[in-house]
Amino acid sequence: MARKLPRKDVAIVGLGWTGSILAQELTDEGLDVVAIERGPWRDTATDFLISYAQDEWRYRLQHELFLRPAQTTVTFRNNANQTSLPVRNWGAFMLGNGVGGGGVHWNAETFRFLPSDFVLRTHLTQRYGANFLPADMTIQDWGVTFDDLEPHYDQFEYLCGTSGTAGNIKGVIQEGGNPFEGPRSQPYPTPAQKQGYGHVLFAEAAKQLGYKPFPQPSGNLSQAYTNPLGVKLGQCTYCGFCEWFGCANYSKASPQTTVLPVLLRKSNFEARTECEVMRINLDSTGKRATGVTYVDSSGTEWEQPADLVLLCAFQLFNVQLLLLSGVGKPYDPQSGQGQIGRNFTHQTMSTAVGFFDKDKYNFNPFVASGAIGMCIDEFNGDNFDHRQLGFVGGGYIGQVRTNGRPLESMAVPPGTPAWGAKWKQALRDSYLSTIICGGACHASFYSYRDIYLDLDPVYKDRFGRPLMRMTIDFHDNELKMSAFLTDKYAEILQKMGATQVVKQPRKGPYDVTDYQTSHLCGGAIMGEKPDNSAVNRYLQSWDVPNLFVVGASAFPQNAGYNPTDTVGALAYWSAKAIRSQYLKNPGPLIHA
Amino acid sequence: MIKGALPWQPGSADPPSLATPGGWHFFTAQEGATVEAFVDRLIPPDPETPGGKDCGCAVFIDRQLAGPYGRNEAYYMMGPFQEGTKQQGPQSAATTAQHYRNALVALDAACREKFGGKAFADLSDAQKDDVIGGLEVGSFKLDGVDSKEFFVQVLTDTRNGFLADPIYGGNKDLAAWKMIGFPGTHYDYRDWIDRHNERVTLPVVGISTHPNWSK
Repeated sequence: MARKLPRKDVAIVGLGWTGSILAQELTDEGLDVVAIERGPWRDTATDFLISYAQDEWRYRLQHELFLRPAQTTVTFRNNANQTSLPVRNWGAFMLGNGVGGGGVHWNAETFRFLPSDFVLRTHLTQRYGANFLPADMTIQDWGVTFDDLEPHYDQFEYLCGTSGTAGNIKGVIQEGGNPFEGPRSQPYPTPAQKQGYGHVLFAEAAKQLGYKPFPQPSGNLSQAYTNPLGVKLGQCTYCGFCEWFGCANYSKASPQTTVLPVLLRKSNFEARTECEVMRINLDSTGKRATGVTYVDSSGTEWEQPADLVLLCAFQLFNVQLLLLSGVGKPYDPQSGQGQIGRNFTHQTMSTAVGFFDKDKYNFNPFVASGAIGMCIDEFNGDNFDHRQLGFVGGGYIGQVRTNGRPLESMAVPPGTPAWGAKWKQALRDSYLSTIICGGACHASFYSYRDIYLDLDPVYKDRFGRPLMRMTIDFHDNELKMSAFLTDKYAEILQKMGATQVVKQPRKGPYDVTDYQTSHLCGGAIMGEKPDNSAVNRYLQSWDVPNLFVVGASAFPQNAGYNPTDTVGALAYWSAKAIRSQYLKNPGPLIHA
Repeated sequence: MIKGALPWQPGSADPPSLATPGGWHFFTAQEGATVEAFVDRLIPPDPETPGGKDCGCAVFIDRQLAGPYGRNEAYYMMGPFQEGTKQQGPQSAATTAQHYRNALVALDAACREKFGGKAFADLSDAQKDDVIGGLEVGSFKLDGVDSKEFFVQVLTDTRNGFLADPIYGGNKDLAAWKMIGFPGTHYDYRDWIDRHNERVTLPVVGISTHPNWSK
């Protein structure tokens, strides 16, 4: 039997980016807020210390900052005819754990989605006709537009101090930026980072091919910065240990370096760490959340009553808590009915490896940052005519190599034996003169009727709760797109002077051991009406109006960019709706 | 409960534990000899860079197998266990350490049978290379062990030991980083970001040999 705690105005599940932002916004409103976080407290001085943060074996290979599958995992199958089996060790994606969430270990690529991404079905249907889309593709409009979100993208970027070169300010195209981006209201808060040799060569080659390269927008800062909350970030030192690692230098935007120093000092906020939420409690009508129940690290169960519940966990766990709590109707792929678990997506990543003459090229790949690099956006979203291509969607292409960490930098030319003297010599010859870049083609993953999340019927977590089951595979649309983008990237590598280019387009089936970014999306998507979405345009549950579900779980499909900027913008957008509308009149913000 | 202030306390950092020198922690003497012989063929010595054995690859593997890595401590290890598709990833109920133990016994048994009673470590280099090549393609069979899987496991662990920070027992004297041209964990490369196509001349350092290290 759970022990009952005193009521709070707001209970937040998860203290990553979205939980931190919403807590900051709602404590400013005077509300009494508690955040309940499954993982430990983490701070720079303790957990990412300058003397040992750069440990590839510990943090990259042994996943020290991440959730352990032993704590909880998911099960996976390619299609409904297979038996789903547990992901016993992480591979295709890595799930954050602890205060700061994914904001601790991310590379800090800070892209906005395109205006057309938010009205995807309408846009593609208008341009190509309804029959152009595959019949089982379930993409839809978001219910929110780029213009709605622009001020909140701006808020998140100014919170982070994002370094970049604007491509479009209030409709005026800017030299050196991304000309395809939606209009932004002001420049980035800090100028773009410097670039390494390989990144600059890519930009030169791309220009020669007629493209318009721009620096990747980066949350590793080009210069010291004080954000609007008064929190100071330092200049990035290009140490090359960014993704998978915490930043020891206060120069990567994370909740720790932007929000938490202010939030934790507020008397109307508290965080409870190493406390795992079991379920959202509902009243007898099932239409009102009364709070959450959680278990602390000693195994004691607590009930935390709250007037407002904000699900701010990672995408998978937002969806899991909805299913475990009986909020909304589980998705049924046969009938297409039910919203919880629907339109689950990931990302479609591909690359090519470029081998260069070692006597002429020395890229010093270890001099880098998480979001360094030069990109082109000619082949993202619907920035190009798809009529003759047989697919929709796309991605940015970039030389965005983030590191020269040895365990991740063992590419040798094809034909080299896997071991022995020849392998050793090839590694010696290749390390400095090879361009490896896992994220070179960072592409969309659209939604389909047969890709979804539900509760696994067999496998349980350590509390005996069903694990999430993911049913996912690549469709032809994404594989064709990946081949197309990979060819374009390979052409640029050739132009750069590579002597050998090895293309690695994405191939099916989806493989849970093969890293694809941790950008899992959907499952509790936002939309215009309750029969096509789990939450409304403000991320408010259609079924339980005092419950908001915040994060990439709301994406109806995934675009060809990294999701964090959009996740941050949605958090601010939702916070604004709660502050300016919901608190005055608690209830549904949209009447269905 | 965290409230009112950042909960930082001095002395609460969690530095890595350095691999200790000395005898085997996991391997028996015979297993240790087998793995040293194996890693020295995967990464043989050459005039510029020592081989897998002298770089400490077997020590790295031994220390890892004796710890959380060998026990699959982070893995989801609840049943039922059943074989799935390749895309579903490893589904074994046995730990990495158990796999090693079984495979090393089977490897020596298979070698003794084929090479007149000789264990793997006692074979000539050419014979060792034949055995390893056979494991790689699956033609050299091991009793009760998937020889290709075992090859991939040892190769992966050996490469990681060779190239990981020396605090874990491999990459002795930073030999592998010197070989490839990685200057190590310098933390600050601001002076080098604009120096394109230039060989970095900084001394090669690891975590415990960097001036920041204070343990």
